[in-house]
Amino acid sequence: MDTVIDRGAPKARNFEPYASNGGSIVAISGKDFVIVASDTRLSEGYMIYTRKQSKLFQLSDKSVLGCTGCWCDTLSLTNIIQSQLKSYLHDHNTIMQPGSIAQLLSTLLYSRRFFPYYVYNVLAGLNENGEGCLYSYDPVGHCEKVSYTAGGSSGVLMQPFLDSWLGKRTVDSPVSEEEALNLVKDAFTAAGERDIYTGDEVVYNIIKKDGIKSGVVQLRKD
Amino acid sequence: MALNYSSIDDDGAFSFRNLERNSKLEKMGLKMPSFRKTGTTIVGVTTRDCVILAADTRATSDTIVMEKNCEKIHYIGKYMHCCGAGTAADTMQVTRMVSANVSLQAFKFPDEMVPVVFAARSLRQYLFKYMGYVSAALILGGIDDNGSHLYSIYPHGSIDKLPYISMGSGSMAAISELESRWNENLTEEEGMKLACDAILAGVFNDLGSGSNVDLCIIKRDGTRMLRNYLTPNKKPATSKYIYPAGLTKVLAKSEIKFQITEETVMEVDA
Repeated sequence: MDTVIDRGAPKARNFEPYASNGGSIVAISGKDFVIVASDTRLSEGYMIYTRKQSKLFQLSDKSVLGCTGCWCDTLSLTNIIQSQLKSYLHDHNTIMQPGSIAQLLSTLLYSRRFFPYYVYNVLAGLNENGEGCLYSYDPVGHCEKVSYTAGGSSGVLMQPFLDSWLGKRTVDSPVSEEEALNLVKDAFTAAGERDIYTGDEVVYNIIKKDGIKSGVVQLRKD
Repeated sequence: MALNYSSIDDDGAFSFRNLERNSKLEKMGLKMPSFRKTGTTIVGVTTRDCVILAADTRATSDTIVMEKNCEKIHYIGKYMHCCGAGTAADTMQVTRMVSANVSLQAFKFPDEMVPVVFAARSLRQYLFKYMGYVSAALILGGIDDNGSHLYSIYPHGSIDKLPYISMGSGSMAAISELESRWNENLTEEEGMKLACDAILAGVFNDLGSGSNVDLCIIKRDGTRMLRNYLTPNKKPATSKYIYPAGLTKVLAKSEIKFQITEETVMEVDA
């Protein structure tokens, strides 16, 4: 006699490929500089993984990429970009300009349109003329050139603040480096007060013709 | 078996009338409003001659901090206080109700202290009645004629009587401090330090907890409520942002005049 094994109703096993690891990015571009900053808290749920993880990735001496979202996707994505940039350098004997990196990143992100890298990117750099340029992305590769932006878990908190101070700036009254840095610091201080995923420290990179200057600001640790 | 909510009577504190409708709407894709949950660290510690309660002061709604300095140690009676974790409204309401009953009891028996177990039992019976839907996780501490008592009460109505307790989302961080350092011979100062360190563990390592530490020391000779006993998370200084008045453009103006049809003057006794 045949034995009938009752396996019951079919069950679906769920695989969760994404994690949300928090963190925020703020970037402001100026006439001859660009500032990009991130907090250093890496977390999931109610847990802090580390208090000292910068989310800024230096791609060349003229461009820095800020990434928040799923940290494993961030690592994977930045690895791919960096290897592509290396190939480009060997092929053309010159570093890739920020405008080209911006397009490369968009193409890379869109190539995964239906299984995206869960990463919010902000690309900051100095263009061929030494002017600050900034590109803001969504996870599937929509790219926009902006003059300032805020992204990540506190993006919705900080963007209106930047809008109110920088939104109506014209070419005649460009934002100064000092003012921009203060705005970045205060935006993070305010966000750290209200967003549980933003805190610990802020690291910022100021990209200028003569190099990249970086610094750290303390935020709340709770 | 699915519970038929509409069959539950409305004559208690709550109306369940819309529960079935709401669950159907939710299935259709309605997003229900979220409650203010106090992602919390609360602890209770007994020492040689007192009971110490401590709590953080952060109230969150999802990932946003709604209140940076809220009170989570609730007054129950002269020698009784209660820490609350869970839905803020539930912990407040439940402790208010029990506090009222405790003061009635105190009036009835003016010569004795209200037993802590009286408050513990009314909390438990109330929470059990509502099957966990009143989401209050409580630490009740107090002193009566039988000595000092510390209870933890879970939302479904279970009770533990323990020498040291932590609850809330930061309870794991807090209990590690309590487990490693508590003993039955703690002095008041040692107990305060231990309770504070347990809360601080939650404040810094649990994202649902934060801001300051509130402390409550209940002793036979009185209760001390030390609000904001520690404030380790002050806001860093920022620039002044002054928006000039009149930034919002007035597009149209219109005036509505009220017609006074009747005037009444009432005299109120002093």
